[in-house]
Amino acid sequence: MAMASEAGVSAPADARLGELPPAPSGDSPRPASRDLPYRVVSSKVRLTVRVREIWESRELFVFLVRKELKVKYKSSVLGLLWSMLNPAVVLMVYYVVFKYVLKNPTPDFALYLFSGLLVWNLFSTVLPGSSSTIVANAGIVKKVAFPREILPLSQVGTGVVFLFFQMVVMALFLLGFQYSPDWAYMPIALFALVDLVVLTAAFAIFLSAVNVYYRDVEHLVAVLLQAWFWGIPVVYNYNLVYNELVKLHAFRWLMDIYLVDPITPLVLAFQRAFYGHVVVSVPHQGRYQVLAGYSAGFYVEMLAGVLVAGVLLLLGAMRVFGRIEGNFAEEL
Amino acid sequence: MTVAIDVQGVSKRFRLYHQKYTSLKERVVHGGHVPFEEFWALEDVSAEITAGQTVGILGRNGSGKSTLLKCIAGILQPTGGQVVVRGQLAAMLELGAGFQPELSGRDNIYLNGSLLGLSTKEIDRRFDEIVAFAELEQFIDNQVKYYSSGMYVRLGFSVAVSVEPDVLLVDEVLAVGDERFQQKCMDRIQQFQRDGRTIVVVSHSPDLMRDICDTVLVLDRGRKVTMAPAGEAIRIFRERLIESGFAAAPAAPADEAEQVGGAAPVEITTRRRVVELLSASASYARQDERNYIETGEPIDFRVDFDVSTPVSGVQFKITLLNERGGIVFSSTSSGAVSGMPLDVGRGCATFIFDSMVLLDGRFSVTVEARDPGGVVLDILDPGCDFEVMNPGRAVGIVGLPMRVEVLPPGSGELPRAAATAR
Repeated sequence: MAMASEAGVSAPADARLGELPPAPSGDSPRPASRDLPYRVVSSKVRLTVRVREIWESRELFVFLVRKELKVKYKSSVLGLLWSMLNPAVVLMVYYVVFKYVLKNPTPDFALYLFSGLLVWNLFSTVLPGSSSTIVANAGIVKKVAFPREILPLSQVGTGVVFLFFQMVVMALFLLGFQYSPDWAYMPIALFALVDLVVLTAAFAIFLSAVNVYYRDVEHLVAVLLQAWFWGIPVVYNYNLVYNELVKLHAFRWLMDIYLVDPITPLVLAFQRAFYGHVVVSVPHQGRYQVLAGYSAGFYVEMLAGVLVAGVLLLLGAMRVFGRIEGNFAEEL
Repeated sequence: MTVAIDVQGVSKRFRLYHQKYTSLKERVVHGGHVPFEEFWALEDVSAEITAGQTVGILGRNGSGKSTLLKCIAGILQPTGGQVVVRGQLAAMLELGAGFQPELSGRDNIYLNGSLLGLSTKEIDRRFDEIVAFAELEQFIDNQVKYYSSGMYVRLGFSVAVSVEPDVLLVDEVLAVGDERFQQKCMDRIQQFQRDGRTIVVVSHSPDLMRDICDTVLVLDRGRKVTMAPAGEAIRIFRERLIESGFAAAPAAPADEAEQVGGAAPVEITTRRRVVELLSASASYARQDERNYIETGEPIDFRVDFDVSTPVSGVQFKITLLNERGGIVFSSTSSGAVSGMPLDVGRGCATFIFDSMVLLDGRFSVTVEARDPGGVVLDILDPGCDFEVMNPGRAVGIVGLPMRVEVLPPGSGELPRAAATAR
């Protein structure tokens, strides 16, 4: 009888063990620990390791981009259409103002505007969003370990997706107006696109990190972008500025500043490819130079220069990011 | 055995800003100088955690246990030293961290899963299981913002455990959901243990530690106190608490109880004090070198009294209360002892416990003297108190004597089960 009662004590414990669900994936035996990859957590992480970790998190990047796209226009009737309506309205306003109020003589002005805006829209929508992205995602930054660069990068990714939507609109535009772009310059436009993504990523990573310490950054970015927009030849012609600046011998440095702007060559390349007219003849005004008369070779040179600068900026941004990332979780 | 987590001299410094200047203007105004105090949350902590072990990190608030866990997880970078982690790591610091309220449960599983390091293929394969474990089959395509907090947390846990990590870090998240889900979570943790995974748990609760951990790392103010088998580490932890005066309040340690207890008798106004209780004290072995007993050890409680009028039939009653004031045990002297006539003068009564079977905790002792009619003559509340440390693995209130016998299949005729069992 004593025996039976003791068996009774042990029975529930055993039964509970027996009823446990099997491990979710019993398909692979556990590997010996020494074969497992290992990871070092310390204040000094090498750049190559960081890059590798970002690459390994590419699926997370895709999900985050998808999340951005889904969340941004969730519960709105027009949904993703908004991503095209917004630039379309901007385009329309500029078109009306510059074509009819300010009498810009450029033919097919809408197309000229659109080409430049493609570049600018990516840059100017990604930067404010990525400046605040680490702060906005404080919840996961404080609780989950993943390469934090993924957050600003996913903002860049989202911007690129929107850029493609706008390019589709551009294509429809070209078809609608029976307008043929300069196909020979398409590879150059593609090169410019690569530059644009690298450059935007560099700015995005840098700003997102600094904004954790100085929340002014996101406001500063909004203000600077306003000014920056007028520093690139999107609504006016590059040649106008060029001709004026060349006259100002005493102010050559103004010219330098204007030309060193890495966005300008990208805008020029897009305009050259999609708009295409370098020199047009306008009724009553004769021949009129719209675009810079640079050769394809010079475009490539400019874009290569921007790429080098962009990659250097990107590495610098990642260095800065890596140095202050360790304190994100406590600063937020 | 291989080392799964190697914590090598980890230190973490936090800066406590007196005022947070997060705007450029404020920093410029203060000359770029932000007043701060340095605070070392961790100081030179080293520990080797062997693969397959379950290790608890125990410490009171602010001892650095969560900081250490975050350093292991890679969420915080240590200021000095480093942590080497072998194998895939998953950290459950907050369930459902990163859930997007606007997205459906389905989308969130994919997003959260990849945040925790799962590949899309792995999530695809485990998707049904995750949903089933969270018991959300009906609602998986609803937006998470419509979920109840219970559903939210269940989904979070379900995704987290589906990671199947080699190293799992858990931060006091087990106390979620209803009791049944908690049990499910515990089962899953035990499943992980049987699979030979390494688990690190952070908790305030020594009981949870004792229940699931092999080894416990005790931290105090950012320093490692000890890393020892659970029972011993918990004892050391409690001792530390008492030394630094945290658990001791409000009751005074047992050896001072005589004065404290004697000084605060409850006023008995209805009748003249026939029997006055003067003081109560606890006595046990090696009392001069420790202020606790271990479960199962003998302990005596002595109460001194003063009789002003000869009386007989006085009963002495003892009540043991836990820290929340709940009665753990209460009994009255009876039989020959209570019938004893008491002359004028001083005497003492001793309550003798041959084996104090209570598990962990601090208990207070209340003593009463009553006349044969049950009327309270005097009361000492509290009379004294005592502390029990449990060196074993049992969890609960009392350490009932028990042993387990198992007859493996094939060991002959089984004894007949009790008649009531079907």
